[in-house]
Amino acid sequence: MHDQAASSVSTRPAPRRRRAHWSWIDLVLLFGGAGLLAYLAWQTNTAFAYHWDWSTIWPFIVRYDAASGRWVSNLLVDGLLTTLRLAFWGILLAGIIGTLMGLCRTSQRLFLRMVGTSYVMLIRNIPPVVFVFVFVYFIASQIMPTLAIGDSVAQWSSSAQFWIGILFGTPRLIDNFVLGLICLSVFSGAYVTEIVRAGIESVPRAQIEAGKSLGLSRADVTRFVVLPQAFRNVVPPMAGQFIQLIKDSSLVSLVSIQELTFMAQDVQVSTQRVFEVFVFIAVVYFVICFGLSRVFAALERRYAQAHH
Amino acid sequence: MSEAIIRLRGVNKWFGDIHVLRDVDLDVAQGERVVICGPSGSGKSTLIRCINRLEEHDSGVIKVDGIELNEDTEHIAAIRREVGMVFQSFNLFPHLSVLENCTLPQIRARGTSRKDAQAKAMAYLERVRIPEQAAKFPAQLSGGQQQRVAIARSLCMEPKIMLFDEPTSALDPEMIKEVLDVIVDLAQSGMTMVCVTHEMGFAKKVADSVVFMDGGRIIEKAPPRELFENPQSERTRQFLSQILEH
Repeated sequence: MHDQAASSVSTRPAPRRRRAHWSWIDLVLLFGGAGLLAYLAWQTNTAFAYHWDWSTIWPFIVRYDAASGRWVSNLLVDGLLTTLRLAFWGILLAGIIGTLMGLCRTSQRLFLRMVGTSYVMLIRNIPPVVFVFVFVYFIASQIMPTLAIGDSVAQWSSSAQFWIGILFGTPRLIDNFVLGLICLSVFSGAYVTEIVRAGIESVPRAQIEAGKSLGLSRADVTRFVVLPQAFRNVVPPMAGQFIQLIKDSSLVSLVSIQELTFMAQDVQVSTQRVFEVFVFIAVVYFVICFGLSRVFAALERRYAQAHH
Repeated sequence: MSEAIIRLRGVNKWFGDIHVLRDVDLDVAQGERVVICGPSGSGKSTLIRCINRLEEHDSGVIKVDGIELNEDTEHIAAIRREVGMVFQSFNLFPHLSVLENCTLPQIRARGTSRKDAQAKAMAYLERVRIPEQAAKFPAQLSGGQQQRVAIARSLCMEPKIMLFDEPTSALDPEMIKEVLDVIVDLAQSGMTMVCVTHEMGFAKKVADSVVFMDGGRIIEKAPPRELFENPQSERTRQFLSQILEH
């Protein structure tokens, strides 16, 4: 086997690379696109008559605190940190919810299937904005005060509070953060559920039979045979859904979670610099989402190598 | 021969309206090597898949090593620990290395320590003559190598009985021999085996008895020499003349 492979490599012609070949249609599209952009730039500068002024928003990123004599982060950076925290915990939580519900959706037990299906159908058929309001005012607001997470955190040691602050934001706003996080995760989890279900269903039945015939329990077959293959099969759509989650995190600004979009609106109100602020956060969201998509692309390549 | 380790009595099985097994009676003695042959759709695969309950029989009794196969999950688990199975399409776990394919079931279903599981896996990979492939993934191996890994993986569970469901049907001709050699070795070591196959040369060489099935029934069961040279039923004669002509 080894020798055959080696000899065939030496005689096989080098794989043909995709050539960078320009056709006239590419050039037409390129010039057309460039022309359109130039027109838009000209419009924004003349007809639109907007006076760009970036200097007013810089202080909202970092500002010099005269009292302590240090540079400190301001609204936009604080908002960005909250968005990153929402993204991190949201991906984790939506992933867990989606995996559990995906298992329910594909369960042999009718009741579990019904639970999974109801969850997905309920969320997938309500507009996201409406879901956020319904969830926060009718569900979370009834439960969160009873949990009183913020009150109990306030009684913890200062070092514990420091780490909570790093992981979840200021303890003072932690109830608010948890509420937004759960809302976002429950919402995204429904879409993750469908991806996990598709992944589970993509694993051939014969794999399950092989596991059973080796004496593995049903739980072990799921854990060691089905799920690892299911996840590998759905890396691209899962990446898309997690990127979607980061973008959807801006929805919870509607219920006063102080993440990037919420802070941007604040800054916009006080500075009147609408375009600068929104262009700025557009770039920030792009960088985060593009970065994550590169991470997933690397993961996909690694799995592909392990398989072939 | 000693008493039957596999005993089927009046087994019936339907897939919807299709009656795939009809009143099947079969005894396989400890250490017996049985080859099942017959035209496609005759119920051969279904029959052996009932023995480790990958298919549920609808009526009749199946006892393996004295344990009756029924709804009882304990019974099913106990039987699956005693019965190894090799599939036509290998069914190795593609996300695990060859070694992990062999150790995972030992660790999870037998509670073997990782170290012991690896030692045993290497011993059986040695026996199927591919220890050097242990670190590779299934997709990096040829079909014949994959099937030998699948056999090693089953043997790692120290089964009392091995079921083979057309183990060479998905292989290129030049790989059939390497897999059959391994199975012949195993047969000669005294393993109880039930093998669905069209390899009549193999049947002649190792089988104690050959079962001919058609239309969900066992038509004949006899030692290979008798069945091949002097089939009792017209249907068997016909089938044999078709496959032996070439």
